[in-house]
Amino acid sequence: MSDTTETGPMLAADGTPLKVSLNRALRRQKLRALALIAPLLLFVLITFVVPIGSMLFRSVENEIVRDTLPKTVAALKNWDPSLHELPGEPVYAALAADLKVAVEEKTHTKLGSRLNYENPGMSSLFRQIGRSVKKWDLATDAPFKEKFIEANKGWGDFSTWRTLKTYSPAYTNGYFLNAIDFEKGPDGIRQREGNQKIYVTLFIRTLWMALVIMGSCLLLGYPVAWLLANLPNKTANLLMILVLLPFWTSLLVRTSAWKVLLQQQGVINDVLIWLGFISDENRLVMINNQFGTIVAMTHILLPFMILPLYSVMKTIPPSYVRAAKSLGATDWTAFWRVYFPQSIPGIGAGAILVFILSIGFYITPELVGGTQGVFISNRIAYHISSSLNWGLAAALGTILLAAVMLLYWAYDKIVGIDNVKLG
Amino acid sequence: MKLTKILVAGSALALTAGSASAIDLTLVSWGGAYQASQQKAYVEPYVAEHPDVNIIWDESSSEAVAKLRAMNEAGNVTWDLVDVTIADAMRLCDEGLAMEVDIDDVAAPAPDGTPASEDFGDLLLSECFIPEIVYSITFGYRNDVAAWNGATPTSVCDVFDTKKFPGKRSLYKGPLYNMEWALICDGVPKEDIYTVLGTDEGVARAFKKLDSIKDQVVWWSAGAETPQLLADGEVVIGSTYNGRLFSVIAEQHQPVSMLWDAEIYDLDGWIIPAGLPEDRLKAVKDFLYFATDTQRLADQAKYISYGPARKSSAPLVGKHAELGIEMAPHMPTDPANATNIIMMDFPWWSDHRDDLDAKFQAWLAQ
Repeated sequence: MSDTTETGPMLAADGTPLKVSLNRALRRQKLRALALIAPLLLFVLITFVVPIGSMLFRSVENEIVRDTLPKTVAALKNWDPSLHELPGEPVYAALAADLKVAVEEKTHTKLGSRLNYENPGMSSLFRQIGRSVKKWDLATDAPFKEKFIEANKGWGDFSTWRTLKTYSPAYTNGYFLNAIDFEKGPDGIRQREGNQKIYVTLFIRTLWMALVIMGSCLLLGYPVAWLLANLPNKTANLLMILVLLPFWTSLLVRTSAWKVLLQQQGVINDVLIWLGFISDENRLVMINNQFGTIVAMTHILLPFMILPLYSVMKTIPPSYVRAAKSLGATDWTAFWRVYFPQSIPGIGAGAILVFILSIGFYITPELVGGTQGVFISNRIAYHISSSLNWGLAAALGTILLAAVMLLYWAYDKIVGIDNVKLG
Repeated sequence: MKLTKILVAGSALALTAGSASAIDLTLVSWGGAYQASQQKAYVEPYVAEHPDVNIIWDESSSEAVAKLRAMNEAGNVTWDLVDVTIADAMRLCDEGLAMEVDIDDVAAPAPDGTPASEDFGDLLLSECFIPEIVYSITFGYRNDVAAWNGATPTSVCDVFDTKKFPGKRSLYKGPLYNMEWALICDGVPKEDIYTVLGTDEGVARAFKKLDSIKDQVVWWSAGAETPQLLADGEVVIGSTYNGRLFSVIAEQHQPVSMLWDAEIYDLDGWIIPAGLPEDRLKAVKDFLYFATDTQRLADQAKYISYGPARKSSAPLVGKHAELGIEMAPHMPTDPANATNIIMMDFPWWSDHRDDLDAKFQAWLAQ
């Protein structure tokens, strides 16, 4: 479009003003573009946004108590746990009526395992009472308070009722409190006792170890990427295959290989003894601790650092460093003042890739981590597949996601996400 | 022309296959030697009699609970019969994910007419659970450790004796089994273990005992780890499933021996997922009736050293199918091995496992 000296609206061939016609064409183009990316958009929405949304929801959802015991929850409204007295007969009668229905639908044990996460023992309490309730007649067997306590003295325990009351709302922050080592005590929220605190330690450890792994990947990957970018093509290709080969090997195989290498009766220890550096009694402990996890994970994640670095370094013209040197810069100054700043986008991309991948690592820490090298994802996996406490797993996952986003934001502020280049 | 012919022939084939009313049954198990023993002892003879049944294996038992829950929430359960441990079976039953069964209805009586409910006896610990095998968690030790000066461990408490038996140990990375052994070796009588473990002092006591060997322990989470660690000489004594130790000793001929003291019994068996459609349920029940009878359970012991869950199967246990060795002495249920056994209190663990697991992980991290 060139400027025109004509006055008045410019007309297109069909007589409509050019502006309108152009807008229409642009809109059509935009729609076509949208239609082209629609499959991807839908795919991302269905496979990413929806699951994450449902995970976020699971971490606060607690409808099971209200749905299984509607009458009891209503009756408990007027009961004040701070008086430290058991609820009265109406509450027990409501519970009997609710349980009668729940036993019929076989939902009482499910509720029991839900409440067992908060108060150990609730699971068998509900399982047992289900068998008793089956034999009761709601119309003739009242009063129920004594019957409940007779069936299992847990029903005469104040803490049972406090748990029921605390977890009767449809939404709870209980999972999140649990995930940061807090709990709902009799007098409000309080920190857990020392022997039950695990999650905060694990979160800090996960972030710290991910940082260390990222650092060691950078330290090892930078020179390799530089070599790759500066060697003649033929040698560089060979070297590239050496970088990619482990990348294509199964993660489990590589982790097991590190086990063979690092263990006390392993290859490295044997070689060190053979060379006379250590004695047979003082074999080094290099696995089942943090060291083993860092070594194995650095090895596994190294290609994720090298590849972005390489692709950025490949675009840095060698003439700049030559120019700096011809102007009198030493090797170090030429590298530090001219070459390094240009490679920062690659460092940014590699660092963020390695860091985010290592935060979610699970198999390798499980196999070589011992007690001090496990990550938060190992606990998430435990709650998903073993304890079935999906609410807590979701809360832990949400916190992890939030931590990553927070770090990403900080990273954007410090480095600037525009400076990141993947290729 | 040609293509049409192929298409017609293809759909005709599909039609005939459909009319033969072949039925696919998806069985879920653990893979490895255990699944192979089920394949040989139950599936092959069953399929020989019922050629219209097609058995598909899914090696997902280790995550069966989570997967079954996810399938149930999605409303599409594709499994027909799932092999799980009793602890998982109780969890699935509580969650309403497994079907409650009447054992005398789904399992055959013993050959002498004893009803299944009596034949399985005490092992019927959940309304949803049909027991198959009894296995045990016990210790294996290397019998060539020079530092032990010829002594061999005879009691589970030798595991806690690092002076007499120096070297690394491998233990399960969780509270199960370890808490029981720690309390026994701290002087708690066997019958009081779970009462003591139910108190805060009891838990502290168990951890204090475990503290005494904590720096000498390699923690395992998969059953294959201890056998490997023992074979490599990485540990000198370690706990695992007795069948794994059997294969290290009898099949791989490693210098490892069994320590049968204070072995902890655990159970494995079938559950039927809740909400199966009528036709599949019928097929599953037919297979189950066959696969859990006295002879089939005894046959399984030819391939793996786990004890059959039926009392009536015990006398029928013969020799290993390939190695030709007598299997009875390798069974956790053999009287010579079962002199000092611990029966796990499964309902107790179902209440306290998550709580103790959190405490255990906190203790590990210290």
